[in-house]
Amino acid sequence: MNPAAATHRIEIGFADRSPDELMELSRGRGLSLNLPEMAAIQKYFNALGRDPTDAELETLAQTWSEHCNHKSFRASVTHTEKDELGMDRCRKYKNLLKETIMRVTEELRRPWCVSVFKDNAGIVSYDGDRAIAFKVETHNHPSALEPYGGAGTGLGGVIRDIMGAGLGARPIASTDVFCFAPLQGQKRGDRGRRLSTRRIFHGVVSGVRDYGNRMGIPTVNGAVYFDEDFADNPLVFCGTVGILPVSAVHKEVRPGDRIVMVGGRVGRDGIHGATFSSDSLSDGIPSSVVQIGNPIVQKKMMDALLQARDRRLYRGVTDCGAGGLSSAVGEMGAETGASVSLERVPLKYTGLTPWEIWLSESQERMVLAVPPENMDELRLLLSDEDVECSDIGEFTDDGRLRVNYRDERIVDLKMSFLHDGVPKRQLKSFWSPPPQKAFPNPTLRALRDSTHLQSILMKVLAAPTVASKEWIIRQYDHEVQGRTVLKPLVGVQQRGPGDAAVLRGDPPSMAGVAVSNGLCPHFSRWDPYWMAASAIDESIRNLIAVGARLDRVALLDNFCGGDPQTPKCMGELVRAAQACYDVALAYGTPFISGKDSLNNQFVDRASGGKRSIPTTLLVSAIAGVDDIRRLITMDFKRAGNWIYVLGTTRDELGGSQYGRLLNTPGGEVPRLDPKETIVLYERLSEAIHRGWVVSCHDCSDGGLGVALAEMAIGGAMGLHVDLDRVPVSPDLKAQERDDKILFSESNGRFVAEVPSTQARRFEGHLQGVSFARVGQVRENGRIDMVGLTRGKYSWSLRQVETAWREGLTP
Amino acid sequence: MIVRALVIRCAGTNCDEETAWSLEEAGAQPDRVHVNRLVRGEKKLQDYDIVVIPGGFSYGDDIASGKVLANQLLNRLRSPLEEFVKSGRPLLGICNGFQVLVKCGLLPGLDGEDFRIRVTLAENDSGRFECRWSYLKVASRRCPFVKGLPSVFPLPVAHGEGKFVPESSSFLTALEKRGQVVFKYADAHGRLAGYPWNPNGSVGHVAGLCNPAGNVLGLMPHPERHAFPHQHSHWTRLSRQPEHGVGFQIFKNMVRHAMEWKERN
Repeated sequence: MNPAAATHRIEIGFADRSPDELMELSRGRGLSLNLPEMAAIQKYFNALGRDPTDAELETLAQTWSEHCNHKSFRASVTHTEKDELGMDRCRKYKNLLKETIMRVTEELRRPWCVSVFKDNAGIVSYDGDRAIAFKVETHNHPSALEPYGGAGTGLGGVIRDIMGAGLGARPIASTDVFCFAPLQGQKRGDRGRRLSTRRIFHGVVSGVRDYGNRMGIPTVNGAVYFDEDFADNPLVFCGTVGILPVSAVHKEVRPGDRIVMVGGRVGRDGIHGATFSSDSLSDGIPSSVVQIGNPIVQKKMMDALLQARDRRLYRGVTDCGAGGLSSAVGEMGAETGASVSLERVPLKYTGLTPWEIWLSESQERMVLAVPPENMDELRLLLSDEDVECSDIGEFTDDGRLRVNYRDERIVDLKMSFLHDGVPKRQLKSFWSPPPQKAFPNPTLRALRDSTHLQSILMKVLAAPTVASKEWIIRQYDHEVQGRTVLKPLVGVQQRGPGDAAVLRGDPPSMAGVAVSNGLCPHFSRWDPYWMAASAIDESIRNLIAVGARLDRVALLDNFCGGDPQTPKCMGELVRAAQACYDVALAYGTPFISGKDSLNNQFVDRASGGKRSIPTTLLVSAIAGVDDIRRLITMDFKRAGNWIYVLGTTRDELGGSQYGRLLNTPGGEVPRLDPKETIVLYERLSEAIHRGWVVSCHDCSDGGLGVALAEMAIGGAMGLHVDLDRVPVSPDLKAQERDDKILFSESNGRFVAEVPSTQARRFEGHLQGVSFARVGQVRENGRIDMVGLTRGKYSWSLRQVETAWREGLTP
Repeated sequence: MIVRALVIRCAGTNCDEETAWSLEEAGAQPDRVHVNRLVRGEKKLQDYDIVVIPGGFSYGDDIASGKVLANQLLNRLRSPLEEFVKSGRPLLGICNGFQVLVKCGLLPGLDGEDFRIRVTLAENDSGRFECRWSYLKVASRRCPFVKGLPSVFPLPVAHGEGKFVPESSSFLTALEKRGQVVFKYADAHGRLAGYPWNPNGSVGHVAGLCNPAGNVLGLMPHPERHAFPHQHSHWTRLSRQPEHGVGFQIFKNMVRHAMEWKERN
């Protein structure tokens, strides 16, 4: 296209296209629309008696993209499942999202849920007139292509979500969760033109580091998961927590308000980001789909906008993310109408066609709805902070989206068609449980050989998913803003992995907010239902372990999956979503925000082969804490204190770190009975609140063995534990398997340290739940265990610590 | 008596709020002001009793840490700054603020040769940004703002360019003799130790400097991140919590110093 041509209005011939030709257009332009969607567009314009312009088509493709519209999650789904007897059971969902995740929140009606599932982030009140906004986003496709820029702008984008939550929240913390292929063992030449995993890993870590640190937002919580499943499809989740006055939670747009674009300029970076991320990855995607970030531009904008918020200079705000102005203005003006003059948008360089200006995802921009009388004051404030702004149009009352470029109308669409015209997807989904296999039995000799078990613990500790993430964590400023009272690394020399991070709110208040996550993608290969249930439980356990309370917990869901058009992938999603409903409802923990990123599959154009990730649910959890002074950390505190194991250990080794070490598809995946665990969680947080527990750690990846070792490392202390005392299910008891007790990843378990002076009160308080005193903290720098058949195991703390700290070799 | 504290910020400053909070808690009235407003003369340095340049990434630290803001101060605010320092009022630079003070030559700022740059803060030996807690040993009591600080105390660092490098070893010796090396990195027992206690490989373990008069102090670690006790890296291991974190003492001393200065002038 020639930008110098006299006309900027370019119509795309549409009226007479056959279905095949429609799809050819969709593919050719990278619209990622399917046939019913293209047909709906054809019908709309045929009724008008004209063809759509390029800008109209792009606007529709962006608004209807999987990324912006979540049409698979909102689809009506016919779900078929094989039950344990091999019988087909069928269930229909009219709208999967509304009938599972959103339904929990609706049924629970927590009074502290101030704004859920409608704004840029979920908002909960936590301390009188203060509220917390929390949002987690994925940036998977961009990070696969250009890891540094992709991950950096992923974080930058979610920070803007928080800056656009309500009338804008102040970001106080970020989270980062990554899934990569293992860094070791990749053969040269395997990758073709694709980036090596190590390069993706380094790029992603430094991208998040440089954006987050420069924004002055502490990165306080995260996880890194390594599995071959994520080769070619790395997952990058970035989350941000913000704080705002309750009075600034609600926003509005009124006809006559000016549409003001604030922040960076527009270039050709990030064109088609929204539609590209709604499709499979393959070789040969142009890197121009990835945005270029500049955190200082965003920091300036944030400083200025928070002042403008407090002076009430604008009424509405949203971020320019995927889909650029098209998405931001289209969303803000959905109820009113909007008219934009694109030539007023400041550009980085000339040569952009109008639709590129409209769709560009150039970063660090926000759109405001400003009453005309406030424009002068706003301009002055922004120029004081060196922030550029431009008045690009106004919100109208005609329910239309109109976009002009130099007196030519390039978009004229009904808002109702834009937002509600997308045909509802009808999807079929199917799931059947994989064939059951037994967990392998090591030879009897190996079992009795104590060195066998000893080396397993060392290997599990050194597994990169379990090993210390200190190399990454230290590159993030986790202290800036001075709020981080429970840090990602805790203990004597800050080596222990904290369960949840806690940020203090605004002083002098002692209230704060605890943040954690849960992620167990590997369980999906067994059953996505228990994968999701386990992720929810893990995120909640992490909060309980520091002393937060269950009735204050709110959850965020981030689903990643393969192609939703294939019934198997969709079936996994349905099962996971159903678990979200069942478990969250039982725990009384509402979902307040969520996002899905589908089509995480790589298509090798040469061979035609497809690789898809297992359905992965990241659960991020947050809880208001009334008094941060009552919280505890996971590092052992004092020799002589008792060690307790809380919760029941079962024969659930399927998908465990131990199972992966043995490379076995066998064993049962961990299940969960919230009715049982909920009592434990409530009692435990009460015990912590009363000061009876001095350290507590949840058992997750690597099970009890890893939890005990990590507590010893955190406190630089030894321990002595009798495995015979660990509360186990009857069938496990009968097996006399020390390895299973140490490495089962059953949900709902903790290790707690209690001073002997508090033991009686603690034990009395826990009557009725599954728990036992199993040993004692020691000063001797050794980890000693006695097995079920009286076998003795002993490790030096130094040896264990080295394995764990050096497992992740970047 | 009102002690007015100026917290200078610019694009990329990001520790201004918690620094202002520490100053307020210490009894001052903090004012966070964009450097543009000082340059335009809308706010004047002379109207303040304390000036602090807080941490962050001023202008992205794109040339070298603190360099652009340092040049801005030198070229646009040189004489008011000079006047402020000569008057004896407290000026503190934390982390990026310390880098700014070093890069405009206000530190170590030997008498008679102000604004000459004779030391620098270079990239960490590790080659990475690092956030961790270390210990500081008070190496000199020449600076009045260290009064009452224990001889060894914990503070966090968070920077990528914090390695102190003097122009020569004899210059470092001269600085030490004059008592201008205020803080050194150490382990918990006050022994001058290597990485990670010396987190960036600073020559002579230098973590903070003052000018010869003692009223200009700069340090890489963050006292404002240990202003209340629950910021401590392992407060959950301590049996009792003090009223304030140890870093708070520096702000308290500055406010007291400013009050005394006001009484004298």
